[in-house]
Amino acid sequence: MTSFFHDMADNPFLLTGLLAGLLASLACGLIGPYVITRRMVFLVGAIAHMAVGGIGAAVFLAVKFPDAFGWLSPVFGAVIAALIAAVLIAVVYDRLAERMDTLIGAMWAIGMSIGILLIKFTPGYHTELMSYLFGNIAIVPWSQIRLMVVLVAVIAGALLVFHKRLLAVCLDEEQAALQGVSIFSTNLVLLVLVALTVIALIQVVGLILVLALLTLPAATAGHYARRLAPIMLLSTILCMAFTTVPRVAVYGTAISPESAIVLAAGVVYLVSVAVRSAAMRRRAAPAT
Amino acid sequence: MADDGAIVELKGVWYGYPPHALSMPVLEDVDLQIGPGDFLGVIGPNGGGKTTLLKIILGFLRPQRGTVSVLGGRPQKVSRRIGYVPQNARIDLAAPASVLDVVRMGRLGVSSWGCRFGREDTEAAMAALERTQTADLADRPIAHLSGGQRQRVLIARALAGEAKLLLLDEPTAGVDAHIERGLTDLLHRLSERMPIVLVSHDVSFISRHLKRVACLNHRLTTHAAHEVSAEVIAQMYHGEVRMVQHEDSCPLADPGCAHGCPAPGLGPAPGRGAAGGAGSGSMRGGGQEGDRSIADEDDAAR
Repeated sequence: MTSFFHDMADNPFLLTGLLAGLLASLACGLIGPYVITRRMVFLVGAIAHMAVGGIGAAVFLAVKFPDAFGWLSPVFGAVIAALIAAVLIAVVYDRLAERMDTLIGAMWAIGMSIGILLIKFTPGYHTELMSYLFGNIAIVPWSQIRLMVVLVAVIAGALLVFHKRLLAVCLDEEQAALQGVSIFSTNLVLLVLVALTVIALIQVVGLILVLALLTLPAATAGHYARRLAPIMLLSTILCMAFTTVPRVAVYGTAISPESAIVLAAGVVYLVSVAVRSAAMRRRAAPAT
Repeated sequence: MADDGAIVELKGVWYGYPPHALSMPVLEDVDLQIGPGDFLGVIGPNGGGKTTLLKIILGFLRPQRGTVSVLGGRPQKVSRRIGYVPQNARIDLAAPASVLDVVRMGRLGVSSWGCRFGREDTEAAMAALERTQTADLADRPIAHLSGGQRQRVLIARALAGEAKLLLLDEPTAGVDAHIERGLTDLLHRLSERMPIVLVSHDVSFISRHLKRVACLNHRLTTHAAHEVSAEVIAQMYHGEVRMVQHEDSCPLADPGCAHGCPAPGLGPAPGRGAAGGAGSGSMRGGGQEGDRSIADEDDAAR
């Protein structure tokens, strides 16, 4: 474990890896509690898997048509696809709420299969895809850190403006509508922020595991705090712990740090659920 | 506006839910006027259009035919001035929010633009909680409320904005008799400040305070409160009404009122024969300027 900090002097990627984890934690800590409160965990998955399709399309276009799309980086493709997914979901929710789950499931599957198909038809690009799907916290370039700073700033700024309306829509849509809040645009804002968070997390845990980092720390925090602001604070702290402690702990071993991060978040959540239900049973016992 | 001071005015309103729309109308040719100081109870069977009527007034639904004017404008424009207590508030009880958070949401329409509520929003929300005697619950998580407390908190939310009209949908569904009594009292006090429309399959709990009763089963007819007799009700419910004869000694016969109004009884509670005169008298006595309409109808009845 000490070797991690010892090696940090020689290997600048260790520092950027830690920074990426902390920035991702900020994004997760701010948006995760809304995702839990609004019960949209499934939508996060759909957005992430649509982003896989975007990566596939970007890679395919850049290789097949280098003149027209040579500038199209995979991350850019992911951003565009995630934003399209956010808009699509907002429209679907507005128009046909009752068929929501089926349509979202379809988007999830279609996005993923488009991504895999297009990458298969792109010569020589298969290994790099893995780092988008499963993350690559070992080699984080400074350009990625800059992108993440921008994303976190946009997310925090948007929350400063929209927090009240977002919470209102989470609590009671009908009442929010009565008070003149547009449900469609508030949903759209939240979904776009989720899409940006997904992009911020690609490097740290990968698109497949985004779901875990965006929801598990916030759900764990929800066990111990009862209002949104403390939940945000607690889940940011938890997230920071999850992205750094396992990373340092498994350094130098064959265990991939991205999986260790997600596993730590999952185990802590499950332990918390167990502790909580045991405590509830103990509290309920004397009463009966 | 046609009538000076009409708060709500529906003229020839028809509404049917898609896909059937007007081939299966829920509301047929509904005319309704609500003036300042009015306290209207809307009764009718399930599926008779009670909630639909409220949603038309709130602007959630647009009638296929007819006109709706609320506070002198289109409902969609003025909805933030309407306090609404829904039947099944789709409020997410698992959401991380306190009672105060919920009540402040009633001020979204009047609060400033930023991410937080200002001090005057919090003060108004606390004042609304005071009015519904739930100020001590302000910091409670919304999940930790009893049925009666939740109903009061929802009324506080409806009042927290600058509501000019209060709509309640089945406010006593699922609450027991002693909570009903408290609600009766609260609504009576509120009715002195703003017009109230209360929708319920059974308004007997508040009958003494109502100024008018509307019977709604697709079509709507309004009556001065004391005119509503067992026959009117039976007709509307197709005769399938079981009446409960409350003796004077029965605690349910008198839902109780701190203002000491005598109990007339109405609708399913048939104390009318004995207390009818006193009842209508008390209704007029307790009324505000809005009982012009009652007086008119009284005259017509005689």
